[in-house]
Amino acid sequence: MNDPVAYAVTAYALVAALYAGWHLWREAPFSNGLFYVVSVLELLLIALLISGSIALGRTDRDVDGVLFISYLVTTLVIPPAAILWGVAEKSRWGSGVVVVAMLTVAVLVVRVLGIWQGAYV
Amino acid sequence: MSETFRSGGSTSAGFGRALVAIYAVFALAASARSIYQLAAKASDAPVAYTLSAVAGIVYVVATYALATDRRGLAVATIGFELVGVLGVGVLTLVDGELFPDATVWSDFGAGYGFVPLVLPFVGLWWVRRTSRA
Repeated sequence: MNDPVAYAVTAYALVAALYAGWHLWREAPFSNGLFYVVSVLELLLIALLISGSIALGRTDRDVDGVLFISYLVTTLVIPPAAILWGVAEKSRWGSGVVVVAMLTVAVLVVRVLGIWQGAYV
Repeated sequence: MSETFRSGGSTSAGFGRALVAIYAVFALAASARSIYQLAAKASDAPVAYTLSAVAGIVYVVATYALATDRRGLAVATIGFELVGVLGVGVLTLVDGELFPDATVWSDFGAGYGFVPLVLPFVGLWWVRRTSRA
């Protein structure tokens, strides 16, 4: 797994957080636009899990595989949860839930990169 | 604002929904961390890992209480969380030897952007705020 890929996904999650934050600011509830943005993030995270798993199989480096994969799997759960919860809340805070979720994904992906580089052993 | 911060509502409605989401993240983070620590290296730092497990359980129960509008339970668990983050924060400053490995509450939650320190205050404020008629 190379660094630019992880940073790109993190950047995307942060942009999604800003987009959701803009909804929150305008007192707008969860929208179709947010749905698509969050869905694309889910696709990116699935790609990250697949490429990460392949990279883990090939590398000679001392990576904590269980921790690495469990972090990647955890990130997959968050966008669908954000959508379900965001849709259920009719007020602006439906968007607030998405802000929280997107920031969480960004932090998790940075941690995944850290685990890959052996920073948290 | 009066609509979203309305009084007398459920602790899980409006802003509460976002708050429950944050609690859910910490419930997940603290529990997952503790399961990993206990499974992989329980003997390295028993005090820290036991504490991680306790913190995980407290966050899970607090999330459940806020999501289902159980105020008494919410205040009890959030209060415990406040005491925990302050107590462990002081202990890690005074005696670092006690916690050779980090927990969510070490150094007042610095490893998690001090969110664990701020969260109980927000939680208690929210329970109080929604209870006014």
